[in-house]
Amino acid sequence: MRAGELLALLGPSGSGKTTLLRVIAGLELPDRGRIIFGGDDATRLPVQERAVGFVFQHYALFKHMSVAENIAYGLNARKRPGRPDKAEIKRRVGDLLDLIKLSGFADRYPSQLSGGQRQRVALARALAVEPRVLLLDEPFGALDAQVRKDLRRWLREIHDRTGQTTIFVTHDQDEALELSDRVAVLDKGRLAQVGTPDEVQEAPASATVLKFLGDTIEVEAIAEGGRVFVNGRPTPVAAPPGLVGPVKLYARPWQLRFAEPEHAHVEGVVRTSYRTQGRQRIEVDRAEGKTVVVEAANSARLAAGRPVGLQIVGGHVFAD
Amino acid sequence: MSEAAALPRVSPQPAVATEGRPVRWVLTALAIGFLALFLVLPLITVFAQAFAKGWDAYRAAFDEPDARSAIRLTLTVAAIAVPFNLVFGVAASWAIAKFEFVGKNLLVTLIDLPFSVSPVVSGLIYVLLFGAQGLLGPWLLANDIQIIFALPGIVLATIFVTFPFVARQLIPLMQEQGNAEEEAALTLGASGWHVFRTVTLPNIRWALLYSVLLCNARAMGEFGAVAVVSGHIRGLTNTIPLHVEILYNEYNFVASFAVASVLASLALVTLVIKSGLEWRYSDELAAGARRH
Amino acid sequence: MPEPLRPRRRLMQPSVIPGFGLAFGYMLTCLGLIVLLPLAALVARASGLGLSGIWEVATDPRVAAALKVSFGISILAALTASTFGFLVAWVLTRYDFPGRRVVDAVVDLPFALPTAVAGIALASLYAPNGLVGAQLAKLGIQAAYTPLGIYIAMVFIGLPFAVRTVQPLIVEIDREIEEASATLGADRLHTLTRVILPPLIPAVLTGFALAFARGVGEYGSIIFIAGNLPYVSEIAPLLIVIKLSEFDYKGACAIAVIMLAISFATLLAINLIQAWSRRRFGYV
Repeated sequence: MRAGELLALLGPSGSGKTTLLRVIAGLELPDRGRIIFGGDDATRLPVQERAVGFVFQHYALFKHMSVAENIAYGLNARKRPGRPDKAEIKRRVGDLLDLIKLSGFADRYPSQLSGGQRQRVALARALAVEPRVLLLDEPFGALDAQVRKDLRRWLREIHDRTGQTTIFVTHDQDEALELSDRVAVLDKGRLAQVGTPDEVQEAPASATVLKFLGDTIEVEAIAEGGRVFVNGRPTPVAAPPGLVGPVKLYARPWQLRFAEPEHAHVEGVVRTSYRTQGRQRIEVDRAEGKTVVVEAANSARLAAGRPVGLQIVGGHVFAD
Repeated sequence: MSEAAALPRVSPQPAVATEGRPVRWVLTALAIGFLALFLVLPLITVFAQAFAKGWDAYRAAFDEPDARSAIRLTLTVAAIAVPFNLVFGVAASWAIAKFEFVGKNLLVTLIDLPFSVSPVVSGLIYVLLFGAQGLLGPWLLANDIQIIFALPGIVLATIFVTFPFVARQLIPLMQEQGNAEEEAALTLGASGWHVFRTVTLPNIRWALLYSVLLCNARAMGEFGAVAVVSGHIRGLTNTIPLHVEILYNEYNFVASFAVASVLASLALVTLVIKSGLEWRYSDELAAGARRH
Repeated sequence: MPEPLRPRRRLMQPSVIPGFGLAFGYMLTCLGLIVLLPLAALVARASGLGLSGIWEVATDPRVAAALKVSFGISILAALTASTFGFLVAWVLTRYDFPGRRVVDAVVDLPFALPTAVAGIALASLYAPNGLVGAQLAKLGIQAAYTPLGIYIAMVFIGLPFAVRTVQPLIVEIDREIEEASATLGADRLHTLTRVILPPLIPAVLTGFALAFARGVGEYGSIIFIAGNLPYVSEIAPLLIVIKLSEFDYKGACAIAVIMLAISFATLLAINLIQAWSRRRFGYV
């Protein structure tokens, strides 16, 4: 974790990402391993002294306190010498309300706010204590699609403006890839890969990472002499050095193309096709029973039941 | 029992989802008639009998030194038993609702236990423990400590019968509220005590008030358990309900009902505040009702 | 780097929420000293008697008669309380009428009214010269100082239990299932008996068990109206008090243990009903 960066913890549900975030915050104790903040071992540091800002998935705003009281809570909770005076707290709360664009809302109660507004108040409350690291648990999980998009952009802006070191947890690949400087992919409690969004997409470390980052088609293949063959026909995919024998080839929907039977790697029958956001998606039932999704530029609609061949034009290979 | 059942508005219903008008009318009349005969009439009787011989006779019942000492004793007992159960209830619900541990259900059942024990048996167990013939009797006698037929016994029996009130109201509420707000306060640097005072307590205050109210009504009105441990020593170990009994058995009906009317008024005030709280804070109190 | 997360069987899940030791320790101390230790004293005393000793007391004609009065009448009273309790709960949640909120509050009266106060009020009301008693006397019925008086007192104290256990469930009935039933051609009576009632049965049973348990143990509201005639209208709790005043600890303990056993059996029955309900209907 680098200072000032925005890191996404990405993983399917049950992969341990929220647990990891809570361990970092000190809300849960690790079975093994250590938590290091800027060279200091914080593993045994109680949660109050870790100086983390935690934004909970359902915000956990204090229902009986106004927006301003919520934001001021961390400052008011400090022991005497370290506690700012009343005027200073008021000023800081005002600044944060400006930052989250809720200046007129200081005296409202959480129940009087929309989901997006509550989320922003939760963020301001966490930022008020000037945390060493800001931790967000599924920050957009409980919001509807439009608010989610606006808040994403807004969070990125805030981050760019404040330079606050931030970790956020998400199960949404698009969110992680769009928003973060680096992505950490978690799989069954283990860190599968850390890298920039480009790195994890272009060079996924494992089949699991690859599969988790988007729709894939999985095909039995043979690697030989640095090349990969499917159905006895060569593909443009290069095999990593040393990988020989039966392997699995993974391709994205846009790495498939319709082809004549003599060039096809995979054959099947069109199940259905539909248009979405200017692209056409075609579901194809493969001969061995699995359904794959192919993405193509807008073309004539393919009738259901029509036999088609598919050619693989790109992808990644991993040992079986 | 201290179930808070919020009474929601009756939404207008399509004809297919309700009974016909005559049926509704008959059922409503039947229900109200039943309640009037079985519940309201006895309450009215208390006040009617108390004032049967006029205001002066009513007043006279309270000029008795025994009546005054009974009132004093009841207030003393409630002043000890209710705060005790308040602290116990908060501690128990904190331990049970905020943490996960093995054997929790058993603990909840044990806390509820006094509700299923007959009041007379509740008194008896203390006699068996502390009475002259009891397990600790000889030792207490040797050290000149009197528990049974004295204030400590009455307080203990009262604590026993009101033991579950606060805990059973708070546990489901605190379980429903979860730990999120407390965790948020901790990450913001607040100490444990500060979290309890500024976050937990405000979230449970109405349920707390509600349960204390019911606990108090029961503590002041308890009869069976206290009758067994008190020994009925006039002017010394008679609580208000015991004094009511003595006067009634002496055929001093006006005085008996006059003293009883104090307890009945307390019950009425309790019900009014209780209904007000239920009406105003139905969400918080409903958690307790859903525990069946 | 986190190690694989293995769910571990632990006595206690670690938590950052503070105060567990203090709260748990205090709770356990209070529970032990106030509830468990005294109950243990009773059990210890009774086990000194042995099963045969308890049996001997229980089969004493006067004790047997008192147990029969307590159990028999409280079953009848609990039946009445459940029936009318259901009616009251239904009317309160389903029908709108002026004073509905007041009527709802009145249901809790037996919870709030001290039992001795209720007892003397019922006794004077149902005495042969009382308001209701005089009317009954004209019909040749004597309520006070007979088993009928015990029944009336037990209905009084059992009613709120019956109402308050079914009421929340009637509130939660999904109106759409009634409409669905109607669209499928069922008349109202059919809808009530086949669609609405079956899921409420566990709650009605629980209410019945609670009213029964309360009736068996009740003392204050009964003794004034019961007449307390041995073999006829003497209840078991009163007999405990009598035995105690005669310093017959053995007899008092034996009756108390029998009543405690009934309490536990009822508690167990309620738990079984609720477990069944959770499996069958998905709620308690």
